Amino acid sequence: MTTATLAPQRTESGTIRTLRTILTVVALAFLVLFAAVQIVPFVLTVANSFKCDAAVENRPLAFIPRLATVTCRDAEGEFISPDEQVDGVLFTPSIDGYRGILNDQLPRWALNTAGLSLVVTLVRLVLDSMAGYALARLSFPGNRLVFFVILGVLMIPGVVLLIPRFLMLKEMGLLNTYQGYIITLAADAFGILLMKQFFESIPKEIEEAAQVDGANRFTIFFRIVLPMATPALTALTIFSFQGNWNNFMDALIILGGNTDMYNLPLGLTVLRGAGQDIQYDLVLAGSVVTTIPMAIIFFFFQRYFVEGISYSGLKG
Amino acid sequence: MQDTLAGLSFVLPAVVVLFTFLILPLLVAFYFSFTDWSGTRPLDQPDAYEMVGFENYQRWIIDGRRVDDFYRSVRNTLYYVAGVVPIQTALALVLAVIVNQRWLKGKAFFRTAFYFPSITSSIVVSFIFLFLFSGGGPINLLLKAVFPSFEPVSWTTNNDGLVHLLLNVFGVNGRTVGPWAETEILGLEIWEWISGPSVAMFTIMCLAIWTTTGTLMVIYLSALQNIPSSVYEAAEVDGATGLQAFRHITLPLLRPTTFFVVTLGLIGTFQVFDQIYVLQNDQTARTTTSVAYLVYATAFEGTSPSLAEASAIAIVLFIIIFVATLIQRRFVGGDQAET
Repeated sequence: MTTATLAPQRTESGTIRTLRTILTVVALAFLVLFAAVQIVPFVLTVANSFKCDAAVENRPLAFIPRLATVTCRDAEGEFISPDEQVDGVLFTPSIDGYRGILNDQLPRWALNTAGLSLVVTLVRLVLDSMAGYALARLSFPGNRLVFFVILGVLMIPGVVLLIPRFLMLKEMGLLNTYQGYIITLAADAFGILLMKQFFESIPKEIEEAAQVDGANRFTIFFRIVLPMATPALTALTIFSFQGNWNNFMDALIILGGNTDMYNLPLGLTVLRGAGQDIQYDLVLAGSVVTTIPMAIIFFFFQRYFVEGISYSGLKG
Repeated sequence: MQDTLAGLSFVLPAVVVLFTFLILPLLVAFYFSFTDWSGTRPLDQPDAYEMVGFENYQRWIIDGRRVDDFYRSVRNTLYYVAGVVPIQTALALVLAVIVNQRWLKGKAFFRTAFYFPSITSSIVVSFIFLFLFSGGGPINLLLKAVFPSFEPVSWTTNNDGLVHLLLNVFGVNGRTVGPWAETEILGLEIWEWISGPSVAMFTIMCLAIWTTTGTLMVIYLSALQNIPSSVYEAAEVDGATGLQAFRHITLPLLRPTTFFVVTLGLIGTFQVFDQIYVLQNDQTARTTTSVAYLVYATAFEGTSPSLAEASAIAIVLFIIIFVATLIQRRFVGGDQAET
């Protein structure tokens, strides 16, 4: 890996050196500022998810928790005042928000999200890798045509599909069913192209040797090729899982009619409450719970996120 | 010939899914955009709908009674795209160049910090911003701390256009601007067209830039790392300064990446939906409804929802995105774009 920095020139005058130092300091300050802008909102979100609703709205900046806890309603059932919970940057955490979402439908939504993401990802791994292999290795009539159609499909904006998907699934009787969600997202163009590209990069010789030994294409694919494709399959797994874990639009259209079927993003919009009176304690606790699983996966598989990133925006 | 059979059976399941749920819907939307089907009458009844030709397009796009709604959403979307895409692209490039400097320690930390927002759900990010920009929220408090004279702003419910606000500073407003601004073009007065994004929309634009810049930065960073250092050494020998090297070597070599980053940006911003769904409220519907959201609202909200009319708007949005991509291919030059 090479680093494309601008190397200091050997013969530079004092002014240039001063200028360079100023530039470096400005660049560094900018970088640190931007990193703070990216990180601080998450810190505040986590801190405020442990506050009572009134304290979120009136004392949002306190971010250092004390070792005690409070409940948001006192013995008489009255809400405590924000000042009782917050003092300067210190606050006494409350788990009422988390308790609230746990008693709500959130556990159900979390299960839905995990289940749907897992099943869609598994189906995609099979369908995408099979199609990718066929496009990379097998000569069948229409191979080129299928490839170009899949490339073209990448260009179709998702919002255009909202309405017709809704009415097609309705006609098929699949609206507000898990099956409807799964089958709609069972294959994706990005995954197929990713797998095709990977299969083209591995040497043909092993497959040819197996063919000489009399193995058919199905055996070769499932026994020999697929086990070699672990890196590509991992990248695909992560992208598909992440995409479905966070999928709002498809869930809204396909599962929006039945709150029992909601996934977490869709459920969060329900926790919000109606109108301008937002239940911040519930919403922020729900946001944290929704984010934690993805955060864990991110920290363990960061390499795959960064490697596959050039495709990230293309997933449909 | 075993290959033909295997190939077809390998590719068929995926092709059936893609055809049914990506290509067919496009055709279905196109077909229903020429009907009057509201979505309530069962399709198997013979009188479920009638073909009405271009009536839906007429009503929304050409000169019907909904054109102002449509072009208002076009205006909102255009301001959103024009604000978000250049800023996130420029920021991503600058940050990538800094992170790529040899003297910088902790590259991995910055990469992680910048990338993290993009793994969170758009809905979660929207709620975070709803909280940050609320009346008593952190943004108002911070601004108050830095500028004591600052009056808290109701960010998410404010319809004032940024350009209008700026003009107002110079004493120009709707009453003093003169009659030329009342001329109506495509359903909106010129004065409305030049409003700029509203404060509420500006909040959503900040959200988009905040979420996406990190991802784009990582893309730029990997492109920068693929430029061989020998190129810079040669430039140095020829006496090029750092800035010259950046302008004449780095930027041209990054052209395919820039094309890619701008394409991603355009396709993403023209479809903005999730964030609007969360951050919009009744007061700001006028200035924050994007074309994509208008499609949804037309189909499912309001007093007379219509799937047929929504389909017509969706088809027009498809054409808008397609044309925008073609135009930027002309300007940024995608002939050497990487995929």
